[in-house]
Amino acid sequence: MTQRTTDITVGLFMLAGLAALLFLALQVSGLSPKSAKSTYTIYADFNDTGGITPRGRVSMAGVTVGSIDSITLNKETFQARVAMSIHGDVNNIPADSAAVIRTSGLLGEQYIDISIGGDMESLQPGDTFYSTQSAMNIERLISNFASGK
Amino acid sequence: MGLDSYITLKDVVFSRSDRRIFNGVSVEIPRGKITAVMGPSGSGKTTLLRLVGGQLRPDSGSIIVDGQPIGELRRKELYKFREKMGMLFQSGALFTDLSVYENVAFPMRVHTKLPEDMINDIVLMKLEAVGLRGARKLMPSELSGGMNRRVALARSIALDPELIMYDEPFAGQDPIGMGVLVKLIRDLNSSMGLTSVLVSHDVQESLSICHYACIIADGKVIGAGTPSELQDHPSEQVQQFLNGHPDGPVPFHYPSSAATEDFGLAGGVS
Amino acid sequence: MIDRIASFGRSGTDLVVSIGRAGRFLAGVLSGVPRPITGFPLLMKQLYSVGVLSLAIIVVSGLFIGMVLGLQGYTILSDFGSEAAIGQMIALTLVRELGPVVTALLFAGRAGSALTAEIGLMKATEQLSSMEMMGVDPLRRVIAPRLWAGFIAMPVLAIIFSMVGIWGGMLVGVEWLGVFEGSYWGNMQASVDFWDDVVNGIIKSVVFGFVCAWIAVYQGYDCVPTSAGISSATTKTVVYSSLAVLGLDFVLTAVMFGNF
Repeated sequence: MTQRTTDITVGLFMLAGLAALLFLALQVSGLSPKSAKSTYTIYADFNDTGGITPRGRVSMAGVTVGSIDSITLNKETFQARVAMSIHGDVNNIPADSAAVIRTSGLLGEQYIDISIGGDMESLQPGDTFYSTQSAMNIERLISNFASGK
Repeated sequence: MGLDSYITLKDVVFSRSDRRIFNGVSVEIPRGKITAVMGPSGSGKTTLLRLVGGQLRPDSGSIIVDGQPIGELRRKELYKFREKMGMLFQSGALFTDLSVYENVAFPMRVHTKLPEDMINDIVLMKLEAVGLRGARKLMPSELSGGMNRRVALARSIALDPELIMYDEPFAGQDPIGMGVLVKLIRDLNSSMGLTSVLVSHDVQESLSICHYACIIADGKVIGAGTPSELQDHPSEQVQQFLNGHPDGPVPFHYPSSAATEDFGLAGGVS
Repeated sequence: MIDRIASFGRSGTDLVVSIGRAGRFLAGVLSGVPRPITGFPLLMKQLYSVGVLSLAIIVVSGLFIGMVLGLQGYTILSDFGSEAAIGQMIALTLVRELGPVVTALLFAGRAGSALTAEIGLMKATEQLSSMEMMGVDPLRRVIAPRLWAGFIAMPVLAIIFSMVGIWGGMLVGVEWLGVFEGSYWGNMQASVDFWDDVVNGIIKSVVFGFVCAWIAVYQGYDCVPTSAGISSATTKTVVYSSLAVLGLDFVLTAVMFGNF
């Protein structure tokens, strides 16, 4: 095993590691080069945000159009204020659309789905959703069901 | 002593774990001569070499090698000083992953910036001196024990040291191998003006080539002098060691209770 | 009774003493950073023997573990109708936990024990002593390249393990069990975050690599220089490395992934 062959094999070994890292970065974690896309921020107030977390999904008609930035408590209205970053090219969300918290699958992650309204005007950066629907609360559902509401 | 001493040990005390290995050892090793250090197994002969080489530090006493108190040298100075010393270990201790050539070239590659062709010449010369120039491409695992030791010897003289220490060079050698080593030790000593320290318990071979010898037992020097002086040494211990008497100051029987008790011969005890 | 307490206490102090020795040893190794010209070929050689030669066992184990995760995961998830989540389950399990940990355990068993045996043998045949007597620092020449090689090779091996495992999971999940390929990768990409998951996993494997290499190298250097001593040191390397990895994994996971 000459020095040269050793060096070549070690070089290949390190390259394999680098390739695996790239694989993990791109294919597995979806680190996309286009995440430097331009986005704009809009807000929504919820009574109950349930299990959504920052970096969660925001979708419209099932297509991912953005992500959740932050969730803060508005101490005056006692509602949760959620800030979302929407992709810049999705700039025609009707102004009367609703932000709904949905669950993917039975036990899956919760995400925000934008339910399209019919307004001609679009939401502008910094706007807040008019109507929102909070997360479904299992206990409330069951008690509603049980009391026959 | 009157002779120019290369190594002087004065009242060296050294213990390891709880055992006192040296209890005030004083030896003077003359320059340019072959000195044999002998003694029973476990008397600390290899430890002595380690002390001289600076691998171990004495608890008290001084060890002076070529004017330098070796116990007090700092790590870097000690490493520099060791370039003047060569040591031949009992097993040869060749680096198993390097060829014979590379093993001998090792000290030069590490300590000098000599160009490759010079290193080549020196390696071949050293191998020639031990008679193994033709074996230079072999790996240590392909050599016999005796050849291993010869290559290790070539490696230890690679930098032309002033001092060589041999740790049990004759152990386990067949007569031819022994003869080869004896010749090499003698020739190297005279041709290179080395100070050679030979640690062994092979009395015959050691006394046949050394100029000066000392015997260490029970942590002290029990006898020192030229081979002829030692043959006539008055001490019983020395005589027992030199002549190989099975019983004497070092008893044959391991300490035990009286035989009558063990064999149940004492009256009234069964 | 007193004797037993005394010997118990003694083994406690022995442990502390040996950790201290190991620490001093490490300081000696790290302070002797090898010179680039002579040190680099040594490092390459060690990287080859520690990294490249471990690839076989890492790749095969990764493949099988990924496939088993696929099988087991599918069975469990199909009870909830969530088979599509299999990609994310496999990926997160491997990248966060199994990749670094299993690679470290395999590494300790294969490369770690080899390092210990090699260094122990060098000690027993007095090669380390003779190196010292020739004025060459064995810590710098023999030990340091091996330590750095383990440190560098481990994360690389762990990443390769995860990659092969995910691919193996895909083979089972998509090709065999019929999960839709798009959902395998899509769900995975949605839930695996590069910085939080992949990079944390890499950090873990770097820590594990360091610890395993240090233990392996120290046990070899400190062993009793007989064949019995070497074999006992090799066993100790595997046992201590494994325990250290599992313990550290708990601590690191709590720090990185716990939501405190």
